[in-house]
Amino acid sequence: MSAFFTYAIVTATIASAIQYATPFLLAALGETLGQRSGVLNLGVDGIMLMGAFSCYYVALQTGSLLLGILVGMAVGAVMGFITAFMSVTLRAQQGISGIGVYIFGLGMSDLLFVKFVGTPLPVNPLPTVDIPLLSKIPAVGRMFFQQNLLIYLAFVLVPVLAFVLYHTNFGTRVLAVGENPAAADSVGINVARTRYITVVLGCMMAGLAGATLLLLDGIFQENLTQSAGFIAVALVYFGAWRPAGVMTGSLLYGVVTAVVLQWKSLGIIPTSAADLAATAPAVITILALVALAGRFKQPAALGKPYVRGA
Amino acid sequence: MTTTDVEVESPPRGLGPISWRRVLVTWLALPLSALAALLIGALLIIAFGANPLTGYHALLSGAFGGSYALASTAQKAVPLLLVAVGICIAVRASVWNIGGEGQIVAGALASTATALALPNLPAFLLIPLVVVVAAAGGAAWAGIAGFFKAYFNVNEILSTIMLNLVAVQVMNYLLSGPMINKSQSFAITGSIPQTRLLSEHSWLPTIVSGTQLNLGVVIAVAVAIGGYLLLWRTGFGFRIRAVGLSREAAAYSGMPVKRTIMSAMVLSGACCGIAGAVLVFGSISHRMVTDGSLTGFTGNDGFNGIVVALFGGLNPLWSILSAYLFGGLLVGGTSMQAVIGVPTDLVTTIEGLVVVFVVSIDYLRVRFRVQEEAQRLGQTKEAGPGGTGRSLLIKLARARP
Repeated sequence: MSAFFTYAIVTATIASAIQYATPFLLAALGETLGQRSGVLNLGVDGIMLMGAFSCYYVALQTGSLLLGILVGMAVGAVMGFITAFMSVTLRAQQGISGIGVYIFGLGMSDLLFVKFVGTPLPVNPLPTVDIPLLSKIPAVGRMFFQQNLLIYLAFVLVPVLAFVLYHTNFGTRVLAVGENPAAADSVGINVARTRYITVVLGCMMAGLAGATLLLLDGIFQENLTQSAGFIAVALVYFGAWRPAGVMTGSLLYGVVTAVVLQWKSLGIIPTSAADLAATAPAVITILALVALAGRFKQPAALGKPYVRGA
Repeated sequence: MTTTDVEVESPPRGLGPISWRRVLVTWLALPLSALAALLIGALLIIAFGANPLTGYHALLSGAFGGSYALASTAQKAVPLLLVAVGICIAVRASVWNIGGEGQIVAGALASTATALALPNLPAFLLIPLVVVVAAAGGAAWAGIAGFFKAYFNVNEILSTIMLNLVAVQVMNYLLSGPMINKSQSFAITGSIPQTRLLSEHSWLPTIVSGTQLNLGVVIAVAVAIGGYLLLWRTGFGFRIRAVGLSREAAAYSGMPVKRTIMSAMVLSGACCGIAGAVLVFGSISHRMVTDGSLTGFTGNDGFNGIVVALFGGLNPLWSILSAYLFGGLLVGGTSMQAVIGVPTDLVTTIEGLVVVFVVSIDYLRVRFRVQEEAQRLGQTKEAGPGGTGRSLLIKLARARP
């Protein structure tokens, strides 16, 4: 046990916890935006898979990580448009249409991978960017300021999303549409357009989350996300639909994952029980959902298609 | 007819020509959505430089060509049907049980442990015992989510998915640790996470010699019929459907809403648990084995069962046909891969598209019924789905099997 508390290992664990947290954070922030406008998107995991594969394939072919990331986001946006079409225009049952998108993404990403890549080669990971001055702070610098750009971006998006939601006209419209679409409609807010925008932006972030996840290891495989997208949706509930809460949840998830992995590699957890220890994040999520259920009110129109005059 | 006189029966027909729109929307919606998914699948095959006709021909003959293929398809359909019946029961109570995967695993682990502990019990006792234990295992696993849903209002979609992740890790732990086959030789790759050969008394007997078709088929069809009777011929099933239509209305009429939600989830899990038993005791290897991945043991049947239930119109009897068709798609996918070299993931992709189309088309169905009803009641106001007309019509649609 004492080996775990050495300076180097603690800082390394926290640094990797932040890396693990980032894909969850990006996907969950995107989902927060959509849910705040009243759309429950359960296809996040499928969209992350498609984003991850697109990023992988483009980066492998062109050698450009940036292009890969952009294509991953574009694929996310396209799937977001389809999701919005189903949820907003066709008023489909949102819980189950998302499962359809998930199954599609699961099959499609591996289909393309097997067909077009076959033998997996890794792409270069994103370079680490040291933040001047801050990265020089002992311990803190190593943990927080020697990461890659996508990680900084994800954490910068937390205050950005909070600002957009609470301090801009667009944010006000989103919240109004999510709480009371009929009232929003009566004052001239275009409910459908608002929801399309939030869902497409949210899915773009899911695509980015997939790309980020991919670039942690640099290699694609079948079901790369291992249900990370669903966990991201759970983190939105966990974070009570607030960006800061979602960030707290993602970090907690990242820390638990990193600690379990670190303990496993240090032999603190016997190899035989490693699988059992790996259940910890999911168990904690369930318990958190139970503990927090009812404390916070979800957006009143969440999951409910809007029909004028109904 | 006055507006207060709402009859629970089809609007009068026979006057004028057949309404093709009605036929299209009510009867052809599901086949058309499957067709659309297959067409997109064909486009994908073309994009991969193969011939979709050759591909689908290989798929069809692999799934339905000859008695061996037909039996393999039936065998594949068994766990799908069992999960689908579970999904039907849960969704009729408006509870989305996405935890089929975890419940299959829970049922399989519980029943496998039983069979390992009691290998000498005669078959006529051991087989019913393992099925019951599997049902109990699945029920208990689903019960966790059901309890949290009913009494804490925890979103069941999320809790069941988390429970899937937990169940798979527990399975990996048990199969590579306490329940592992200790007598297997450590080859170059290390030991396989699997149990030892299960007692012959627990094997599901083959019912058609020369094929793999075993007692599982009988169990699955019996469960489907039982599920149908439960939902539409018992007071309990009525309560499930009433709670599914409107929790408020059910509570107002004095129904125990929380207990009904909990029971629907438990029953749903029991069906999925039995699917787990069939996967173990009806398998060719006669052991419980996995490869350590999320779907290594279940073969994604927990999700495939959802597709089957939706395509079966959330009706256990129609799910029999639906399960057989999707079983064929999965079995035939392997033949297609062998012939045209398009991976079986294409089948998963098509399944996802079927779900997408089925839920999308539902909108047209509901809208059509609302318009029809509005005409019948002489209303001029156009009521859209989501309005008061919708709940009435869904009620009408669901009251009939």
